[in-house]
Amino acid sequence: MAEEAQGAPAGGRPVRVPVMQRLLDNPFLLLFLGVVVPTVFYLIWGIVEVANIPIAQ
Amino acid sequence: MAVETAEGVGALVEEKYRTCPETGLRVYAQAETLIKANAVVAIVFLAVGGFFGLLVALTRWPAVHILPAEWFYLVLTAHGAAVLLFWIIFFEIAILYFASAVLLNCRLATPRFAWLAFALMVLGALVATVAVLQGESSVMFTSYVPMKAAPHFYLGLILFAVGALIGCFVFFGTLVIAKEEATYEGSIPLVTFGALTAAIIAIFTIASGAIILIPTFLWSIGYISEIDSLTYKLVWWGMGHSSQQINVSAHVAVWYLIAALVLGAKPLSEKVSRTAFLLYILFLQLACAHHMLAEPGISAEWKVFNTSYAMYLAVLGSMIHGMSIPGAIESAQRRHGFNRGMFEWLRKAPWGNPAFAGMFLSLIMFGFLGGISGVVLGTEQINLLMHNTLYVPGHFHATVVAGTTLAFMAVTYLVVPLIFRKEIIWKGLAKWQPYLFGIGVAGTSLFMMGAGTLGVSRRHWDMGFTDAPVSFDYPGTAYLMMGLNGVFAVLATIGGLLYVLIVVGSVFFGKPRTAEAIAASPTIPAGAAKVAASYGSEEHPKLPGTLVLVTIFFVSFVLYYFINWKFLSEVWPLS
Repeated sequence: MAEEAQGAPAGGRPVRVPVMQRLLDNPFLLLFLGVVVPTVFYLIWGIVEVANIPIAQ
Repeated sequence: MAVETAEGVGALVEEKYRTCPETGLRVYAQAETLIKANAVVAIVFLAVGGFFGLLVALTRWPAVHILPAEWFYLVLTAHGAAVLLFWIIFFEIAILYFASAVLLNCRLATPRFAWLAFALMVLGALVATVAVLQGESSVMFTSYVPMKAAPHFYLGLILFAVGALIGCFVFFGTLVIAKEEATYEGSIPLVTFGALTAAIIAIFTIASGAIILIPTFLWSIGYISEIDSLTYKLVWWGMGHSSQQINVSAHVAVWYLIAALVLGAKPLSEKVSRTAFLLYILFLQLACAHHMLAEPGISAEWKVFNTSYAMYLAVLGSMIHGMSIPGAIESAQRRHGFNRGMFEWLRKAPWGNPAFAGMFLSLIMFGFLGGISGVVLGTEQINLLMHNTLYVPGHFHATVVAGTTLAFMAVTYLVVPLIFRKEIIWKGLAKWQPYLFGIGVAGTSLFMMGAGTLGVSRRHWDMGFTDAPVSFDYPGTAYLMMGLNGVFAVLATIGGLLYVLIVVGSVFFGKPRTAEAIAASPTIPAGAAKVAASYGSEEHPKLPGTLVLVTIFFVSFVLYYFINWKFLSEVWPLS
């Protein structure tokens, strides 16, 4: 329905699909975001934190 | 080279599909067989893991204390792997195939790879289970290094994870096929979007597992000399906690599915519900960080960002679903004429239908017990009250067992007649099964959380610390709570056993769903499947009852949250 309701031609002029709708309709972009966000904020930042712990003398 | 006529190709295609007489959906034969295979193996692991869970609870019941220490840790490890990983992920793969091939009316992508995924998952699960039962891998679910399991324990988990990863890619491939072959219009249905969220989180989960389990496997066979224990813990929780976030996304999708199939309930707003799933995709995995809150070497910025900021956005997603689903049910019920007063829609809901009862209990218990306790555990300061106590298993039994397992049990009462095409046997007992299991699990969750609040250790075999050089006594209430935990675990086991017997009995001995049987007692109302398989929101919903329920939830949430701050002030006086 979304394409027809939100992006179908109205009087021959294509209606612009909102950015948010395009995001929600793109599984691979969602996959990219869903992997990158936790990888950066949880894993990479966390490993940097662990790596910066001084080694006991 | 054989030349196929258009009629021949058409007949070949039709052979591969059947049209479900109840839902009207076109079901691809390979997808149906794979759904059945994954669901059956899932239930076998639930039965095995549930038995181990009963032994764990009976050992933690101080008056019973059934297992010796070495057996306790072995059984605890086997329980965690069998139910937290194998039961749930096999069932989730079945959901992914259902939500893609069945709801989108298309063929499954690369069925051979789907079978390869299934074979790898079965092989991996068996290898890891055998490794645990051999007694050299009693490292518990977390398997923290430097505790070392047998190499085939890690190898089994890696094989299982690779299989699950292939299953996720088959799901994505099926989405591509459905779009290219235009088997649906516009956006994918909300249930499929929930399954997509679960698949995305699964891919991050499995990647984290690979990053840490492959080096740990190499360490176990001597190719790597050392694994840093803190790095292990950090990355492992990227898998260990995120795997539970797959469950959350999958069971929320199942809630929407059951509400649609049983009552024809449409979401209050497709856009808002999808945005809530988007919040899961972006932020839910970050809740892994709450396992690291007591680590002194990691900065407060990392902890606070990942838990007290990002995690709350995922909690916002859950609260949106928590309002949207009862709201959708209220709206559908009012549309059906249950308009008297504030709660006629709820009183006259189909409480005798185990699919609906299991779903609604799962929703309530996940929100009130699992959700609120999750926020408490995710707050850095009050986490210190119960970090690594029995509160943690109490919390995740509320989310994963009362939430996910009960929701999956509920949907099975629709899967058996619609996919296996068999009548449910023992219908009278089936009505009671979700209540028995739900009340049992709610009890175990609450009493474990209560004992954890009193400081009872999460993993120790003997809360009395018999023969320890330095004695320690927990308050008598903690012993009472562990006894009650045992009683409710027995109740949950009876409910779980009933589920396994009813489902296995129905699949093997249930009467076939003939056209006459379907006409006499349809599984779902006419038109309900179209609601589940299409895009669309409820129009003009009126929700006074849901607003009251949501208000009760918020008041409980706020009270419990601040009670824990009061506990903290008593543990750590500032004056």
